[in-house]
Amino acid sequence: MSTPLATAEPRQRTLRRRGSATRRDHLVGYAMIAPQVLGAVAFVLVPLIAVAWYSLHEWNVLANTFVFAGADNYDRMLSDPALRDSLMASLVFSIGLVVLNVSLALLLAVLLNQKLPGTTTFRTFFFSPVVVSLVAWTIVWSFLLQDDGGINGFLASLGVEGPNWLRNEGTAMLAVIVVQVFKNVGLNMILFLAALQSVPEEIQEAARIDGAGAWRRFRSIVLPLISPTILLVSILTIVGSLEVFAQIAVLTGGGPGNSTTVLVYFLYQQAFRFNDFGYASAISVLLFVIVLALTLIQWQTRKRWVFDEV
Amino acid sequence: MRSDVHAAPVVAPTAGDALPGDAGGPPPSTPLPRPGRERRRRRTTRGLLVALLVVLSVPFVFPTWWMASSSLKPMSEILRIPPTVFPETVSWAAYADVFRLQPFAQQYWNSLYIAVAVTLGTILVASMAGYAFARIRFPGANALFVLVLVGLLVPSEVTIVPLFRMVNSLGLIDTHWPLVIVPIFGAPSVLATFIMRQFFLGLPRELEEAGRMDGLGRWGIFWRIAFPLASPAVAAVAIFTFLKSWNLYLEPIVYLSSRENFTLPQALTQYVDAYGGPMWNVQLAATTLTVLPVLLVFLFAQRQFVQGLAHSGLKG
Repeated sequence: MSTPLATAEPRQRTLRRRGSATRRDHLVGYAMIAPQVLGAVAFVLVPLIAVAWYSLHEWNVLANTFVFAGADNYDRMLSDPALRDSLMASLVFSIGLVVLNVSLALLLAVLLNQKLPGTTTFRTFFFSPVVVSLVAWTIVWSFLLQDDGGINGFLASLGVEGPNWLRNEGTAMLAVIVVQVFKNVGLNMILFLAALQSVPEEIQEAARIDGAGAWRRFRSIVLPLISPTILLVSILTIVGSLEVFAQIAVLTGGGPGNSTTVLVYFLYQQAFRFNDFGYASAISVLLFVIVLALTLIQWQTRKRWVFDEV
Repeated sequence: MRSDVHAAPVVAPTAGDALPGDAGGPPPSTPLPRPGRERRRRRTTRGLLVALLVVLSVPFVFPTWWMASSSLKPMSEILRIPPTVFPETVSWAAYADVFRLQPFAQQYWNSLYIAVAVTLGTILVASMAGYAFARIRFPGANALFVLVLVGLLVPSEVTIVPLFRMVNSLGLIDTHWPLVIVPIFGAPSVLATFIMRQFFLGLPRELEEAGRMDGLGRWGIFWRIAFPLASPAVAAVAIFTFLKSWNLYLEPIVYLSSRENFTLPQALTQYVDAYGGPMWNVQLAATTLTVLPVLLVFLFAQRQFVQGLAHSGLKG
């Protein structure tokens, strides 16, 4: 950068001064990034390499065994029905969550975009669970969803006998998904609202004058224009859904049976219930690979689509 | 610009399809033929939409109400069918039990000071790193930035086993150190660094030039000029960092084992009777005490909360 200056004789001194100033500037730069870089190495990169290394070992904390085992843990993963079940549970949870979350978020955003009276209040309502502590929110819902809880009480007053939502294999997963949707849908709603507000009024107005009804305008104009946001939000929601843990721990404890034992909960059980750190490490690697793949897809999508940031 | 590109092809078919007058709509040339009826129909539609919003609000608002009102009910009323919306007899006994059964004040303090420490630490670490990555062109900046960004790819659950081992070998199990240090320097602060960098990239350089003229060094420019200007980004980072720490669940239950060290989310689940069944009114009272302060702050600083959390949701 400073090379052109070097040719001019009288500027030699400035260059030297600038050179040392630049060096000092660089030093300040290194000092400023040092805490973050060292932290990322110590608490992200080293653990990431360590977990891959551990996954190649037979490692039981209680028995105090740490023996190299090659790909044994991965072989075990392939034939472990419990792992297959937990992958299935994660898949069901993620798909159910993304479908319900994205469609409800879109519905709420469209409704809030109609300039109806009280819009600000409703937005506050829908967003408020986002700031409520996750465990607190989950505890309240487990109170509402228990067999003699508020929801079945309400259903009973309508003459309907509700199931024991959290102890029934057919409904437990649905209940967990719904609780999580209401907790976080406000966030996606805000992202959709920003996208909707960037759709130019004139196009919609033009279509209205041409006689297009509300649904037609939404489907043919608004939806195509916000589809990049929908895609991005969907991927972010899926990535987030893979990390669900507290909800499962508080609502169902992975049950009934292992119907709600999602991957992270399975990982937690293997490590901190059964003390099988080797196997848990292999599951961690699997989780990392899945999240990595999804994140790379997300980055690709962001690069390809132009879309409006909030 | 983007919309101009899409506008023509999108609108054209719509116009063609809609021409045969559907539902007796007025021709476009006469804009307001029957204003009264048209307006009445609009008003009915809008009324229905508001009603829909009210119904949709129930699952968002009702749980919080139910939590607060149930925490004031005596045990005999709490599970009555049909449920009472307002407590018939207001009882504060559950609130007394919250503090009697666990060192709840201590646990509250634990969560609070950990979250505040993590927030302050993250702001400092992330704004320094974000500024340097945005403004100072030192050799290796790109490679180091990519190295830091790896933190965005790694969910905390993936590294919980090695981090547990690290914490254990340092003798820090059942202390708050891992809950403070790891978020400030590790993966959780990377997102904050990323957001701060984006902000500083958009800050006009001229503002810094003025400082340089006045003889400020690089650190002075950052600390006296750039950092104070970054308050919107800092607010966003502060809000999502605080809430993330306040809500942390997996890490506390892995690292902490004695009650007086517990954080709130962990403590909330501990109000169980001798048979392991939850003591609902006590649990809900403790939950109310946890939720209400944050909810109140949210009501007063909504804009910041919404923007801050939307930022973190989008990862920048």
